[in-house]
Amino acid sequence: MAITKIRSDCRFEIQLKKSGGLKIDINSKVGILYGRSIKKQIIDMCKFFTVKNANIKMEDSGALPFVIAARFEYTIKKLKPEIKKEYLLPFNNKNLIKTTKDRIRRSRLYLPGNKPKFFINAGLHKPDGIILDLEDSVSPKEKESAKYLVRNALRSVDFYDCERMVRINQLPKGINDLKFVVSHGVQVILIPKCETKEQVIDVENEIKRLKEIHNIKHTIYLMPIIESALGIVNSYKIASASKINCALTIGLEDYTADIGTQRTEEGRESLFARSMIVNSAKAAGIQAIDSVYSDISNMEGLKESIIEAKSFGFEGKGCIHPRQIEVVHKTFAPSEMEIEKAKKIVEAFKEAEKQGLGVVSLGSKMIDPPVVIRAMRVLELAKTKK
Amino acid sequence: MKLVKNAAGRLVPTQVNGQKQIPFKGVNKYKPKGKISGPPIRSCIDFPSDGNKLTKNLKEALTKAGLKNGMTISTHHHLRNGDVLTNTLFDTIKKMGVKNIRWFPSASFPVHSHLIKYLKDGTIHHIEGSMNGPLGKFTSEDKMKGVGVLRSHGGRYSAVQDGEVKIDIAVIASPTSDPFGNANGVTGKSACGLLGFALADSEYADKVIVVTDNLVPFPCIPWQIQGNNVDYVVKVDSLGDSSKIVSGTTQITKSPDRLLIAEYVAQFIDEAGIMKDGFSLQAGAGGTNLAFLLFLKERMKKKNVKARFMRGGSTKYLVETLEEGLTDYILDGQTFDLEGVRSMRKNPNHVNTSPFTSYNFHGKGNFASMVDVAVLGATEVDVNFNANVVSHSDGYLLHGIGGWQNCLYSKCTILAIPSFRDRIPVIIDEVTTLCGPGELIDVIITERGIAINPRRKDLLQKVKKSKLPIKTIVELKEEVYKICGSVPDKPKVDRNKVVAIIKWVDGTVIDSVFKIKKSFN
Repeated sequence: MAITKIRSDCRFEIQLKKSGGLKIDINSKVGILYGRSIKKQIIDMCKFFTVKNANIKMEDSGALPFVIAARFEYTIKKLKPEIKKEYLLPFNNKNLIKTTKDRIRRSRLYLPGNKPKFFINAGLHKPDGIILDLEDSVSPKEKESAKYLVRNALRSVDFYDCERMVRINQLPKGINDLKFVVSHGVQVILIPKCETKEQVIDVENEIKRLKEIHNIKHTIYLMPIIESALGIVNSYKIASASKINCALTIGLEDYTADIGTQRTEEGRESLFARSMIVNSAKAAGIQAIDSVYSDISNMEGLKESIIEAKSFGFEGKGCIHPRQIEVVHKTFAPSEMEIEKAKKIVEAFKEAEKQGLGVVSLGSKMIDPPVVIRAMRVLELAKTKK
Repeated sequence: MKLVKNAAGRLVPTQVNGQKQIPFKGVNKYKPKGKISGPPIRSCIDFPSDGNKLTKNLKEALTKAGLKNGMTISTHHHLRNGDVLTNTLFDTIKKMGVKNIRWFPSASFPVHSHLIKYLKDGTIHHIEGSMNGPLGKFTSEDKMKGVGVLRSHGGRYSAVQDGEVKIDIAVIASPTSDPFGNANGVTGKSACGLLGFALADSEYADKVIVVTDNLVPFPCIPWQIQGNNVDYVVKVDSLGDSSKIVSGTTQITKSPDRLLIAEYVAQFIDEAGIMKDGFSLQAGAGGTNLAFLLFLKERMKKKNVKARFMRGGSTKYLVETLEEGLTDYILDGQTFDLEGVRSMRKNPNHVNTSPFTSYNFHGKGNFASMVDVAVLGATEVDVNFNANVVSHSDGYLLHGIGGWQNCLYSKCTILAIPSFRDRIPVIIDEVTTLCGPGELIDVIITERGIAINPRRKDLLQKVKKSKLPIKTIVELKEEVYKICGSVPDKPKVDRNKVVAIIKWVDGTVIDSVFKIKKSFN
């Protein structure tokens, strides 16, 4: 059996037997260093799932323990679907940071849910959030396996203070994904191809149900992704469907296909849709986040697309490669002039507050409350500037 | 085999292949005495007065050179993985029925796995050079008749000079040569840049054979190898596969994690105050090493800083740096791509160097210690900053030392490495094989953080206020062990069976490589 070519992953072949005990055959790239540890982990899992007699073959290219656990559990459950209990690894205590509805979400890095080698260092590139994706980046035959991997990653991998998001599958199938993530530390759920407010409510209800079962107290937020003409028309209803919505975003590849055109660098075809997203999100009091920029080699193009997104009113951008993150952050960062102006506004506001004045003014100009809020946001963004 | 503990606490033999060995005494603690050795006196009247030293073929040249059992034959590695000549050479030696050769290459490549059959049948007794890839595996499993000896590029030069290795016949692959034996590597279809690694061989070997696939009339200019040191010239159809000798273009890593390491390296060099007008650096040709240069260049341009010289294997990236005026000189140790070859041919500021100028322990000084910063790699680093470049954590020999040990003498030595590969920790408790003592290694830069050797309080002080993720090496190690799940096991080796020794730059033995026992199953 050849060692799998995909790095940092492994594969099991298990034959359940009536007798003969456990026969474990490990073919591992890291056998000399971790062979004993891998064997012990497999025996532990066999005990947990009461597997007493089996021929177990493992092909390993250096999978980390959380990956081994996911691959093993998936393989066992395929053979014995009646097993309901889950082999859960302890929570990584580094991942206990809280999130808030309005935290900064300039960049969110997509990680294909079935490619563990990308998980472990994702947080080092300092995106505001990571998305463990169960949807489009996972092929149909890997869908089931990916759920175990994403669950284990949420518990085990140190994502270094990033907001942890999961993109579930398109509804209704995606509803079933929630039990793999809700009680395992997910902070934001992305609902792909969202077209109606009912879909948002369905997801919210299932989250509520699971939270009660597992006694989860923290809020799990939602970010519907609009990817169709119908979704755009319903975007305000979607954005305002739930209090736990934190942002509205758009998927342009599918949207442009849906309206019968192609995505261009210029983006004229999505002008209406993007404007709608921003307007609906703001009307509902949540963030508007732009689509991904898919040419990873074109950093200039990325930069221009962010400048444009910023001018639309978008506050963030999806990233499909870690190298895009810094460009996103730098381009979304407020300019020195913006920062100076914001400082003055916030100072004027504080001064007015101190003096008990109802009206804030800067020089001869009146400052409206939304302007003050925006100025505060600018200063918050400035703080995170690299 | 008698083993003793050397000054680094490693078990090393006192004799290998019948030659006495001196255990490592500590950095700069040992100086060999005596005279520089030399080849026999020769007289020009013994050579053709018309300067024509052409012989019919390699076999005839070897016969004339007096090839016999047990001799030491040297080759160089400038043809890299495109080298066909070395394989042909041993095919010829085998046909001539000669046995027990000590092969003394400046390095080996996977292409030389062709020679495994000659190691098996006794044509080759053992290798002194590097044992890469399949040759490393073969050696680690104790299948070689003798004990392998690994030396740095500088150490190899010194070993020739102090007589530890007497080369009987040097076979020098030369992309261009004239019938007199003047030769260079910058022209011809097999152009490889310079021929510095063959310099010692040409000067100290008893007999020197130049083999070329591009014979030009006298004089061959430039003469990187001087015909006055050459006995015979052989013309062959092809020295090797030119696409594997130099690559068309060297590629910068695309790995975001490696790029992150490279960014940290550039930032460190800048913020530690090393990057200033007239500074110098050593850069390798690994993906991370190429990338840090690009990031550093951006910083140099921004601050209007120019380097005096850059050392290293040259690539188009180094050439661009020279042509953009960001460095006055490239001091080239080996040329990795076509752009490097072109630049060396055309640009007088792109200078070829040799282990003599750059690394030689028996020289009256060398360049390595004059370099402000060297950015190198490693397979393992331990909590005492000791590093390994020849084996992996599984104990198998895999790489040569190259100029790595010599470069450790720079004013600031940085190892730019991932903290782990797949599930293989790179930052560990103790290196599998010791190649470089921690006292010479100043900074470890990984994707997870930067560890500065506590001996370098000056560097710690300089970057104290920067945003760089400075950690202790123990913190880094703990983080890596946590990710990988636990403390890794050590490879099981037979401590009674040394398969290779690692020489320090002064010729002492710094560590041994032991025979691998069967894997864990």
